[in-house]
Amino acid sequence: MIELLRYLGRWGLGVFQRLGRGHIFVLYVLAGIPGLLFRFRLVVAQMWAVGVLSLLIIVVSGVFVGMVLGLQGYNTLVDFGAEESLGVAVAKALTRELGPVISALLFAGRAGSALTAEIGLMKATEQLDGMEMMAVDPLRRVVAPRFLAGVLSMPLLATMFTAIGVVGGYFVGVGLLGVDDGAFWSQMQSKVELRDDIINGVLVKSFVFGIVVTWIAVFEGYDAVPTSEGVSAATTRTVVNSSLAVLGLDFVLTALMFNQ
Amino acid sequence: MTSKGVEIGVGLFVALGLAALLMLAMKVSNLSESSVNDGYELTARFDNIGGLKVRSPVTMAGVRIGRVSEIGFDSQTYEAVVNLTIDSKYDQLPDDTSASIFTAGLLGEQYVGLEAGGSLQFLGDKDEIKLTQSAVVLEQIIGQFLYNRAAQGGGS
Repeated sequence: MIELLRYLGRWGLGVFQRLGRGHIFVLYVLAGIPGLLFRFRLVVAQMWAVGVLSLLIIVVSGVFVGMVLGLQGYNTLVDFGAEESLGVAVAKALTRELGPVISALLFAGRAGSALTAEIGLMKATEQLDGMEMMAVDPLRRVVAPRFLAGVLSMPLLATMFTAIGVVGGYFVGVGLLGVDDGAFWSQMQSKVELRDDIINGVLVKSFVFGIVVTWIAVFEGYDAVPTSEGVSAATTRTVVNSSLAVLGLDFVLTALMFNQ
Repeated sequence: MTSKGVEIGVGLFVALGLAALLMLAMKVSNLSESSVNDGYELTARFDNIGGLKVRSPVTMAGVRIGRVSEIGFDSQTYEAVVNLTIDSKYDQLPDDTSASIFTAGLLGEQYVGLEAGGSLQFLGDKDEIKLTQSAVVLEQIIGQFLYNRAAQGGGS
């Protein structure tokens, strides 16, 4: 019984220690970002790895999510004779929830795990220690560019996902199922608000998700136990924790933004 | 991948992202319409506005010419005070224009429909539309209908 309590206490202390280390870590990383503006090449190289290489999965998923929304929305709306509202349904669902959330989940799986594995392996092979020996701060040279690249890429990816998704819904709704072309776009335009749906929905949400996912990814990598098991456990934790964080935060953000 | 190729790739990536944002703003949302903020204000008083909301459309002959910009309540007269922002292109509404609240379709959203009168004086900024007709509340109509049916049934 006492053993159990002790185990629980150790676990709780561990969680809070990691949380504290994570916050101190991100403060150091943020302090390294102004210096990056003079060496933006580092960020560009990371945006290639984090953003451009995630493009394919984002675009393909976006098309299919939009197409499924179009199909399902049509089947439901046609019962009420309201299939003209298909554009609104697809666009609202994508901009407010599915666009930022699904692209953040994919981003965590595609880019976040790669970041963790890369930084964790650098630590395991003592490259980070080597940098420190050469008086190069690995937080500024390795972690900060990756963090900034992730934060910048995420809103761009979510925007593309949403736009492609709307086009996918258009293909299915108008192309296959015969919804009127003009009604699809005009109803969408009259109901989708620039500030509420596009800026708050897509951009702010995905910016927050970008910060959280990249933060978790680089921290898990930097904090990994420097063995092959440690790196693999850290990669798993990145995907699990950032997916949970995205879904939880999405609820909070939705409650804050769309609670009228 | 060479450094030059990487930079071109990232440039393309950012450009695509911005293009997607532009498409969302122009094609999906109502940026192209909502830029007409330079309209003038009219007020109208209604006994009941039903489900009218801020940003509901204001139409004339079925064409959208403005939006509802504010909804207030006058505690002296117990009326709803609705401010309408009309696009400045349409500045020749006669001052005996009447405003009614209609519903688009059976279950659609509510909007303000304006109908022009015959006066040669035009409404200006901050003027009030005197002739108004309240929203039709579905429950009242159904209630009235049932009441009439009951009265008829009792009479025959």
